[in-house]
Amino acid sequence: MSAATSPVGTMPVASATGDRIAALRAEGRAALVGYLPVGFPDVERSVEAVLAMVDAGADVVEVGVPYTDPVMDGPVIQRAAEAALAGGTRVRDVLRVAEAVASHTAGRVPTLVMSYWNPLLRYGVDAFARDLAAAGGAGVITPDLIPDEGAEWIAASDAHGLDRVFLVAPSSTPERLQRTVRATRGFVYAASTMGVTGARSQVGARAEQLVADTRAAGARDVCVGLGVSTGDHAAQVGRYADGVIVGSALVGALLADGPWSARIDELQRRTADLADGVRRARGAGPVAAGRTVLAVDDSTTVDPTSQETSP
Amino acid sequence: MPDQPDQPVRDALTETLAHQVLGRLADVQGPYFGEFGGRFVPEALIAALDELETEYRKALGDPAFTAELARLHREYTGRPSPLTEVPRFAEHAGGQRVFLKREDLNHTGSHKINNVLGQALLVKRMGKTRVIAETGAGQHGVATATAAALLDLECVVYMGEEDTRRQALNVARMRLLGAEVVPVQIGSRTLKDAINEALRDWVANVESTHYLLGTVTGPHPFPEMVREFHRIIGEEAREQVLDRVGRLPDALAACVGGGSNALGLFNAFLDDEGVALYGFEAGGEGIDSGRHAARFSGGAPGVLHGARSYLLQDDDGQTLPSHSVSAGLDYPSVGPAHAWLHDLGRAVYEPVTDDEAMEAFRLLCCTEGIIPAIESAHALAGALRVGRRAADDGRTDQVILVNLSGRGDKDVATAATWFGLLDDEAAQAAQGTEGDK
Repeated sequence: MSAATSPVGTMPVASATGDRIAALRAEGRAALVGYLPVGFPDVERSVEAVLAMVDAGADVVEVGVPYTDPVMDGPVIQRAAEAALAGGTRVRDVLRVAEAVASHTAGRVPTLVMSYWNPLLRYGVDAFARDLAAAGGAGVITPDLIPDEGAEWIAASDAHGLDRVFLVAPSSTPERLQRTVRATRGFVYAASTMGVTGARSQVGARAEQLVADTRAAGARDVCVGLGVSTGDHAAQVGRYADGVIVGSALVGALLADGPWSARIDELQRRTADLADGVRRARGAGPVAAGRTVLAVDDSTTVDPTSQETSP
Repeated sequence: MPDQPDQPVRDALTETLAHQVLGRLADVQGPYFGEFGGRFVPEALIAALDELETEYRKALGDPAFTAELARLHREYTGRPSPLTEVPRFAEHAGGQRVFLKREDLNHTGSHKINNVLGQALLVKRMGKTRVIAETGAGQHGVATATAAALLDLECVVYMGEEDTRRQALNVARMRLLGAEVVPVQIGSRTLKDAINEALRDWVANVESTHYLLGTVTGPHPFPEMVREFHRIIGEEAREQVLDRVGRLPDALAACVGGGSNALGLFNAFLDDEGVALYGFEAGGEGIDSGRHAARFSGGAPGVLHGARSYLLQDDDGQTLPSHSVSAGLDYPSVGPAHAWLHDLGRAVYEPVTDDEAMEAFRLLCCTEGIIPAIESAHALAGALRVGRRAADDGRTDQVILVNLSGRGDKDVATAATWFGLLDDEAAQAAQGTEGDK
């Protein structure tokens, strides 16, 4: 880990998530990033659910901090967050998830915390980065923090060697894509559509172009989220993206009626279906040089493997 | 915004200090007011916020835009709003002279129309066809629905379910004006949740839709832009008081929810050092009760709805529910410019309880024949307090200017229940659907 006093950007910081995605690229496939909130239906069982999701094929864990005002989330995740808060879930509970995943997978599966900004601000940005790193977490996804407002987080994540995943959207201008790519470490989170989280019948048509544009802006690793919910979606997105992010479809399995064991079974069934999707995406077996399969990649003028992901 | 890739964060402190040295407080521009404000929103909205800022700055410099807005103020809203001296009310304020800036006499019954007309004209310039808005008391929703009707825009208003019951008459009013009113049934079911839902709509529909935010909160450029559209309140009042009294007032009093009417009044006096500025927040059932919306007395700096400001939050950064008898003040955060003025010490913010506000409400009704909005009654209660304090200090020559930001028609049912003015059956009828739920 880098020294706590290292100033922003002076020292390349390794990326646990980036390494994981690179390893999967060598296997010829995209990563499956699975989201679940901590604390639903309670902290204990949310840890159990995350580990079950990992066992069923999630390559990267995204664990959500429940928040009272989740403006990027649709009804499914809102409901789970409301229940988690009503049950007394605290911000620090995400650290237990990071620890559990790290120990369960011997550090193979990175855990990213997804949090709106105010809970981390209140915890103390540097203190949270310190505690997350100590718990074996890989980094943080910040849906309502743009790099322009992120000086404190950029410094803290550098100091503690954490990934910082910023988002891009179909509305992002080329200048903003560049700025965001430069500030990002781990992967760039490409929102497939203009909207909030939630299962949709199809993945936004602008996702593929956004991934290409984000690569053109210098990104190596770009994962696509919002509205990805089935194995077929994963197979489709996994052809052109470095990772497929799924949230509401997995949370929905836990929100269903029925005994807990049946909900876990359903969660694992959906995860396995998605894991199968990312494996189907580019055909079987490893490919020689990363994303070589798709026509869309021909439009990408920048060789993505030559790009630095550190700012 | 400056584009310096390796130094992506604007140096807010330097900017503000520069303004303080070189310019007037009244002219400070976003995104930061001191350490407050900013843009804490999803990336998806940044392009729309940039477009809005560009269009707004162009419009302010365009004589055609300012002329059209001035015409609407005059011919549609009925500006300038009068300044009314209220001597019988003032007898209860330590014998000082009290003047009311009569924003209640604007078309649609509150100051909200000033901002709405400005933004609605911008919407036309941007070529968008749909507006969405949040509303608490319903005043901003009614004003937005009104402007949408006038300018042929599709209009959807998000309103907490709890507020749709408290303000059933305004719901009907918005629907009469052709707006769709969506009751928000998640979270605390009040103003903050209506804003969450409006933001979700905006992210999904930003290409066709403008979020016509109703107060001086939210991401840049809203806090600055909404202040600009309301600064006419203070500019008119300043001239009117000078004309009537021959000098500036000693103190201003305004209620502060998000803070648009207060900032609109304060702005013209920010650089007049002799004018004391008082913002009155909803003290609800008292700060100790925990049931209030007093962000300065009971909150701490944090981020909500795109801006850094004072915020009611727990020690985990979760937003705490606010409470007030007045739906329009029932909001857990406050405009970043107020947070800045608070920390600068330029304005003083005090809580006024439900009880105090309702007493002032009744007093203005009985002494002056004016029924104020319960929001504005917080300012009236504050003016009574400021006047009495000055009298206790031996001063009885004070001129106090109160922003009467809205009229109280919408609050008659609440007041009738509060004061027990109706028998049970009539009270139930007056409360609209509330009795049924």
